[in-house]
Parts: sequence; C-alpha cells; structure tokens
Amino acid sequence: MTTTTTAAASPATATMEAAKPAPSIRVQTLRKAFGKQKVLNGINLEVAQGETVSVLGQSGTGKSVLLKLIIGLQQPDSGSIQIHGQEITGLARPQLNEIRKKVGFLFQNSALYDSLTVEQNVAFPLERHGGLSAAERKKRVRELLATVGMERDLDKLPAEISGGMQKRVGLARALSLSPDIVLFDEPTAGLDPITASEIDELILKMQKEKNLASIVVTHDLPSARTVSDRLTLMRNGQIVIDGSFQDLEASKDEFVVQFLNRTS
Amino acid sequence: MASSTTAHLRGAPSASTSASLAVLVRLFEWFGELGLFCFQLLQGVFLPPYEVREFAHQLDELGSKSLPLVALAGAATGVVLALETHDSLVTFGAKSLLPALLVVAIIKESGPIITGLIVSGRVAAGIGAELGAMKVTEQIDAMEVSAVNPFKYLVATRVLACVLMLPLLTLAADLCGIFFGWVTSTLTEPISLRLFIENGFKHVTFNDFLPSTFKTAVFGLIIGLVACFQGMRAHGGTEGVERAATTSVVLSSLFIILADVVLVRLIQVFFP
Repeated sequence: MTTTTTAAASPATATMEAAKPAPSIRVQTLRKAFGKQKVLNGINLEVAQGETVSVLGQSGTGKSVLLKLIIGLQQPDSGSIQIHGQEITGLARPQLNEIRKKVGFLFQNSALYDSLTVEQNVAFPLERHGGLSAAERKKRVRELLATVGMERDLDKLPAEISGGMQKRVGLARALSLSPDIVLFDEPTAGLDPITASEIDELILKMQKEKNLASIVVTHDLPSARTVSDRLTLMRNGQIVIDGSFQDLEASKDEFVVQFLNRTS
Repeated sequence: MASSTTAHLRGAPSASTSASLAVLVRLFEWFGELGLFCFQLLQGVFLPPYEVREFAHQLDELGSKSLPLVALAGAATGVVLALETHDSLVTFGAKSLLPALLVVAIIKESGPIITGLIVSGRVAAGIGAELGAMKVTEQIDAMEVSAVNPFKYLVATRVLACVLMLPLLTLAADLCGIFFGWVTSTLTEPISLRLFIENGFKHVTFNDFLPSTFKTAVFGLIIGLVACFQGMRAHGGTEGVERAATTSVVLSSLFIILADVVLVRLIQVFFP
C-alpha cells in the first residue's frame, strides 16, 4: 500500500530506482481546475507494463478528467504526465498523435461514429495509420471484431446494436492500432450484471494476450476487483489509498470503509 | 438598499453596465476563438495528409443534394421578377428591356444572395447539428484519441466543399431563374428563348457575371466556417446541439447579408 507522503530516497534506493524500467504511465503532482473548482489536486500514479490499475471514487472527483489528461484531450494546470518515459504535456499535435497511436481509449458511452457501420468504425483508425492494404485492413478488422464477438454485425450502425455490443465495438476500435496502453472510462457503466461481467472477461482476455498497461476508471467495485492488479481510491482530487483489494479492505480510513460498504 | 445607492453614486458599475460588459467580453471571446479556429483550419487545409474521400463525400452531401432546393428557389425568383417588373416596364413603355433587366437582376444579385441564404438554411443547420452532436457524444474526442485531426477530417473538408460548391450552385440558380423568367414572360407575351437570351445578355459583360458569381465563394466560406465553429464548440447535450444548429443558420445568414454589402461595393470599385 502506498502512502501519500514520500520519504527522501537513500542512495541505494535511488540506484535501484534508476535500474528499474520506467513505468508505461507516470503521473506526477498533476493538478487541474475548472474555474475555481479544483478537480485534481496533486495526483501521483504509476502503471507498469502488463499492470492494470483501477481508479475508484465518487462522481465528480476527476477520474475521467485524469484519463483525458493522460491522452492529451485536456491540458493540466501543472504536473507531469509521461507515457513510456516521454513527457506529453505541452506536446504539439503531430508529436502527441504519435503517442496516441500507442494508447487505446474506451469511452464511457463508446463514442462510436454514428454515421459509420461497425466495420467502418473499427477500420477508421487503421485507414489512417495502419499502413495496411485494403485487403489486409479488412482482415484485421474482422479479426478484431471476432475477438470481441461482433463478427456477425459488421454492417450494422451503432444505433442498431445494444449498449454492451457498442462497448465491444469500442474495445475493438481501441485495440485496432495494437496499443500497449489502454484507458477504460467506465467500461461497465449502464450495463446489466451479465453483460458487465462479459466485458470484464473481455478486458482480462485482452490484457493477458497483449500484456497491456491499463487504467480502468469505474464505480463498479466487483468489476474493478476482477480486472485490476491494483486499486486507487480518489477523493477531492487526491488519491486516498493505492494498493491491492486486500489493502483497501484492511484500511481503517473512514472514507475507504464507507466506499467499500456502499459499493460492495 | 442604502449601501447600493451609495455605491451607485460613487460610480460603481450598475447591473446593466455589468451585463453590457459581459456581452462585450463574450463577443471578443467569440471572435478570439474564431481566430484560433481559422488558424487550425488553415493547418488542416494545407498540411498533409489530405482527406480526399471525405472531401468528395462532402461535395455530394453539401453541393449536389442542395441542387434541387437552389434550382427551385432560383426558378421562383425568376418568375416573381418577371411578374413584378412586367407591369412597371409596360407603364414606362420599356417593355423591351424586360429580358435585360431580368438577366442583370438575377446574375448580379438575386441569384447569388438567394443561393447563399438557401444553402445557409440547409447546410449550416446540418453541419451545426451534425458536428454539435458529435461533440456532445464524444465522437470528436474519439477521433482525437485515434490520432486523427478533426479539423482536417471534419472541418477542412466541409469548409472547402462549401467554398467550391456555392459558385456552382449559383450558376444553377441563375440558369433556372432566367429560364423560368422567360417562361413567365412568354406566357403573357410570346418571345422565343433565343431572342430573350440575346436581348438579356446584350449588355452583360464578364465584369457583371464573374465577380457576382464568385463572390458566393465568400458566402460558402462564411457558411462552412460559422457552422463548423458553432458545431465544434457545442456543449450541454441536446440543448447544446439545438443551439449550435440555430446559431449556425442565424449567424451565417446575417454574415452573408453583411458580406454582400461589402462585396457589392468592392466589385463596383474593382470591376466598374
């Protein structure tokens, strides 16, 4: 379990830190405010390759904002965000786009292009960045859709499929450029428990197959427990606790106890 | 009560002054954001890669599909002009000038402005609502995270299509207006189409025709720019989409009329 204060590192620890590979995602003292409302107030978070971290917390605590800052959709007021050791804050669009090709993003409401079919949605990033021929692209799209169990609905529009199916297509699109990092914004929100557990299994399967570094923003504690190696709980723009599910259960912090009791 | 009166007497801004200042600040913010938007649009237009397929799709969507509406509006304008001017010209004994009057009126002003306003109504509302809906449902964010520049894919293609299609649609409106003007004239007093055209174009030069037709490219720029700008800054769910669609039509129509005033004067100066 990580505490919120960091002691000064000894020389031996510093040498070990230097030898350790850089985490895939490193967020340091990140701050973001909208007007007078401080949404993130000094967030620190590291995610190693192959690791999945769930970010839990009440609505409006800045969980989704954190993801949008990591992918560069918004700019932080201060702090640092590194993807594979490269600082992304303040990057120009062309350089940021190079980073974005390595990062998949599953939106809360899937955000599928409503005028494009399922197949066209997944093909969209590949048409621009995949460097594949039309035949290769078609094959890749069908493989991705088969992975998420949507190979029979190629020609359907997003409005013609259910919320769970939209999430599957969104996941296929997020994985289309073979990213090594995937960010999930409420992957099970609005889904029934069975569909939600199917999405969880799909996320686990992807992580195992592709050794992804992932951040899952969610309210769904059972889902977070299933898919995560580590959980963090946010309150008032700060991380209250960062550790395993057992660490959360063992915590005596009133907010953590209240959160676990309410959501379990 | 007493303190507010004292503050007022000391020269503190009243509520109406504060409201006026807020409106002024919002106006400057709007133009500032529009300036930044234009800069991103220019980058989208000139820097590769180019979204050729989407551009072709928009030429069809914004141009070809506006053709029936524009042709109908042009025809109606021709009919009304023929009906309205016929009696007046007969009164002044200048009936033979009807073809020339009709052609000049349609080519120099009625055709371009009617086309601009009709396309503004159809296309600006469509673009504003489409991009607004994409914005509030995070589809534009999804495009960004796929490392696709939405200014290139969504904005540049639509603005360029509007700029290119407006002069062509104006030609269609002019043709329909002149043809149906002749039909209306010939129903009251038969005249051959050839004679009507010859009389109509006798005093028309390229200086009358080309600047008036190509000024509609500016109308196209206004429609595309305003509608994309309003759509891309939409927020607040369905209400935000509705607001984006409405303001796109209202502002682009208003700016077209204002731009027409300036352009007519410029054409008079540079193409006397």
